[in-house]
Amino acid sequence: MPEQKIVVEGLSVSFGELRVLDDLSFDVAPGEFVSVIGPSGCGKSTLFNVLAGLREPDRGAVLVDGAPAGRETFGYMPQKDLLFPWRTVLDNTTLGLEVAGMRRRDAREKARALFAPFGLAGFERSRPGELSGGMRQRAALLRTVVQDREVLLLDEPFGALDSLTRTAMQEWLEGVRARYGWTVLLITHDIREAVFLSDRVLVLSPRPAQVRREVAVDLARPRAVEVVTDPAFAAAEAELLAALRAS
Amino acid sequence: MVHRLLPRLLSPRRLLPPLVIVAALLVTWQVAVTVLDVRPQVLPSPLRVVEQGWAFRDALWANTVPTLQVTAVGFAVSLAVGWVLAIVVDFSPWLRRALVPLLVASQTLPIVAIAPLLIIWFGFGLLPKVVVIALVTFFPIAVGLIEGFAATDREASNLLRSMGGDRWQEFRYVRLPGAMPSFFTALRIGITYAVTGAIFAEYVGARSGLGIFMNQQKNSFRTDLVLAAVVVTAVISVALFGLTFLVQRLLVPWYRRDARA
Ligand SMILES: Nc1ncnc2c1ncn2[C@@H]1O[C@H](COP(=O)(O)OP(=O)(O)O)[C@@H](O)[C@H]1O
Ligand SMILES: [Mg+2]
Repeated sequence: MPEQKIVVEGLSVSFGELRVLDDLSFDVAPGEFVSVIGPSGCGKSTLFNVLAGLREPDRGAVLVDGAPAGRETFGYMPQKDLLFPWRTVLDNTTLGLEVAGMRRRDAREKARALFAPFGLAGFERSRPGELSGGMRQRAALLRTVVQDREVLLLDEPFGALDSLTRTAMQEWLEGVRARYGWTVLLITHDIREAVFLSDRVLVLSPRPAQVRREVAVDLARPRAVEVVTDPAFAAAEAELLAALRAS
Repeated sequence: MVHRLLPRLLSPRRLLPPLVIVAALLVTWQVAVTVLDVRPQVLPSPLRVVEQGWAFRDALWANTVPTLQVTAVGFAVSLAVGWVLAIVVDFSPWLRRALVPLLVASQTLPIVAIAPLLIIWFGFGLLPKVVVIALVTFFPIAVGLIEGFAATDREASNLLRSMGGDRWQEFRYVRLPGAMPSFFTALRIGITYAVTGAIFAEYVGARSGLGIFMNQQKNSFRTDLVLAAVVVTAVISVALFGLTFLVQRLLVPWYRRDARA
């Protein structure tokens, strides 16, 4: 068994009487892409908030390379893109670097280098309102990855996009992920998206959430759209659907 | 930039409707006064107000300048007080609980009763007038800012914290710019009260200014000159109101371009 990058051990979180996470455990290997899928309101975003250090769990621990996780481990991309209208697109993407104390010039230089691979070249000085939905998501993702965190937490990044744009974004994400070798945790509602992008998919139960099923996706990488016709793809899809139905 | 903004603010489409209404009212007034033969001490005609106002333009101007000065100083103090209070309240929940009820209570003070006392305490100088203006205008500014800061998306705060940001960085990068639209709305409310606040303070006691001018003219039954001073007051207020739009376009140009905020 490979050394795990992240070990999540027995996380429990309640909001008053409402038990949201109950003794949730799983782990993630270095460079692995793991999707989290589950019924609406089961606690997926809450799980990410705990990982990102925004909320203390009632019980349990998050270990990174065997040590308790700090704020600096996870790059968090929230469900909303949260691009600020008072900043240009470039300055939105440098926000994390500026907060970390990097000089503005250096931060801009570093973020600018990613604009071409993220399909945003030429929009550095635009305002977020001038971007299409897909571009906004890529800008939000750029703002996340430019911080060089070890693990990316993507909370339904494509949830608000139309299905054509969404498919294009999934292919694009598969491509850049392969190029940069990120370790990624992704929340999604979309079974197809989970199978297409992931090495492994975790199915959560309804509240209080536990890992109900783990489905490994054995498909070669990098993957192209044609992979959806692969029998292994269909099998994984069917298995996930069944697991979700049962919950 | 200004040369592009002014034409839009002063476009005929915006200016024409209120001007038409004002013109209609003035004509009605003029006709009524002429037909009913009202004594000018009771109600002078608009033409007489303009005529006499022009004849006394030196006196009017000499009293407008001190009023403008008082308004500027008073409103500057009010802005400073409003900002300091709003920031303090935003950083400290305890001070929020302590101060917000007091801010509200300050607005229930009957200024009519307080203003003469201020003059007894502070004399006829700048100070009592500045206090009156600040009292009537700091509240909308402070509240507009406090609510603007507090309206920040919780998830935006979370994003900043996930980046490792502290409370000050959250304020600087999210809460402060996010509150600007709310601030400018509050600024417009405040500034419309500022001039009338100055006039009122002068009315109670001053050596010069439009307020004291009105009071003197009223006492000598020069209703036309009182109204001429009222016209000057209105013009100043509208001009200051318009100025806030100009400042807004210059300081927060993003606000109109992306109303989604
Ligand atoms: N800060 C909070 N206070 C109280 N209840 C919350 C809070 N955040 C989330 N919840 C509740 O916890 C449950 C899980 O929320 P969430 O993690 O956002 O679900 P998901 O992302 O899986 O849709 C929901 O019922 C939600 O209403
Ligand atoms: Mg969610």
